Amino acid sequence: MKPKVLLDKKLFELIINRLCYELIENHDDFRNTVIIGIQPRGVVLAELIYRRLKKIAPKIALQYGALDITFFRDDFRRREDPVLANTTKIDFLIEGKRVILVDDVLFTGRTIRSAFDALLAFGRPDAIELLVLIERRFSLQVPVNPKYVGKSVDSIASQRVLVKWKIDGEPDKVILHTSTDE
Amino acid sequence: MNNSLSVKHLLGIKQLTPEDIQLIFHHAEKFKKVINQPIKKVPSLRDITIANLFFENSTRTKLSFELAEKRLSADIVNFSSSGSSVKKGETLIDTVNNILSMKIDMVVMRHSSPGAPHFLKENTNTVIVNAGDGTHEHPTQGLLDSFSIREKIGDLKGKKVAIVGDIKHSRVALSNIFCLQKQGAEVMVCGPATLIPRHIKELGVQVEYDLVKAVEWADAVNMLRIQIERQASCDKEVPNFPSLREYSNLYQLNKEVLIKAKNKPLILHPGPINRGVEITTELADGEQSVVLQQVENGVAIRMAVIYLLASHIKR
Repeated sequence: MKPKVLLDKKLFELIINRLCYELIENHDDFRNTVIIGIQPRGVVLAELIYRRLKKIAPKIALQYGALDITFFRDDFRRREDPVLANTTKIDFLIEGKRVILVDDVLFTGRTIRSAFDALLAFGRPDAIELLVLIERRFSLQVPVNPKYVGKSVDSIASQRVLVKWKIDGEPDKVILHTSTDE
Repeated sequence: MNNSLSVKHLLGIKQLTPEDIQLIFHHAEKFKKVINQPIKKVPSLRDITIANLFFENSTRTKLSFELAEKRLSADIVNFSSSGSSVKKGETLIDTVNNILSMKIDMVVMRHSSPGAPHFLKENTNTVIVNAGDGTHEHPTQGLLDSFSIREKIGDLKGKKVAIVGDIKHSRVALSNIFCLQKQGAEVMVCGPATLIPRHIKELGVQVEYDLVKAVEWADAVNMLRIQIERQASCDKEVPNFPSLREYSNLYQLNKEVLIKAKNKPLILHPGPINRGVEITTELADGEQSVVLQQVENGVAIRMAVIYLLASHIKR
């Protein structure tokens, strides 16, 4: 079966813009807000949103970081092949800040749960808000509720939702793969 | 890059592949960031118990392993042979099996007999990390030395490293030789002929008896400690050199040697330093020295090794 395109380039752009305006609506000048992307794919989205926000409102004072959750995963020693660690780059404390946590796809919610643990190393934030490009409905295994959602999709566990970024050499888009595709 | 090590134990660098070494370095970089965070801990090894068995004296290696384990949230038990049943005549296997029956997942062991961890691997059922076995290997030291050089002067391929001093009694030397060569570095050993093992050239290293020439050649020099305690136990009758004073006259790294050699290589020392014997205080604390970085990197390297080995332990 041909993979289904969930978001094409045009819709993708619209959604990114909408998410940015939603953030501006809630965070004003972002003075007390930081944006943190989860490695690896959340960082790409966080970067994109960060740049877009700066373009829309050049005066905002937003700090930006990348968080790797490998050492905080709850499936260490349960996987056949361990996950290769990535880089955490947060050069500021999040104590008393509002954190916008960014990931590309929300599936089981376990990555986000691990991210909460990983974030604690940098202080106690005032609040954490979750932003995802794609929310896969009916698949959560832990109670995690995103505040900003690009698009909600219905999919079954055997399907894969893939976000293709420009850095992959393709235009930004989101694709739904079913297990019979490959 | 592979995601897991090709070995189930860390017995020596000899058993590691170049990819294993890169994987350990990759994780050590990440763990170095962790130990510089406001909260220096990750929960990865929460349900792993590690026994540190030190049948031989150690301060920094033991501390470093303990810290690494704690930073990974492992539970640990410590054992040192003084004051234990080893003194009552218990065998190594019995001691270890008794400890293992308390549900231990991993053993970090230092022992004065070369090959002790290999012997343990054959006779017990646990993950083993060699923290130094006699004059044989000290793999985590070899790794952290390379990691420290790499941090300062980049990829080791084609780089020149001289190991100076008591090569014969040094487990650090052998682990360093294997580790450096597996990364494509050239290795030279330097010291008095009595402290250079006779067939060491077969390992593919150069031998130099003149410290100035070695320093001139090297991008980094690793100054080993003169192991006074081993000289006494192994070679009581025939000393390897007439006196510490004569040794320092010929093999001490000092400012004059650097001037004569017209070179300023990176300076490493695995510690503990005999200040004024193999190296002067001025150079040990000088700008070319990475001695303290080595200690910091030691924790990160040990975290990486333990983390990667623990990923093989099934629940």
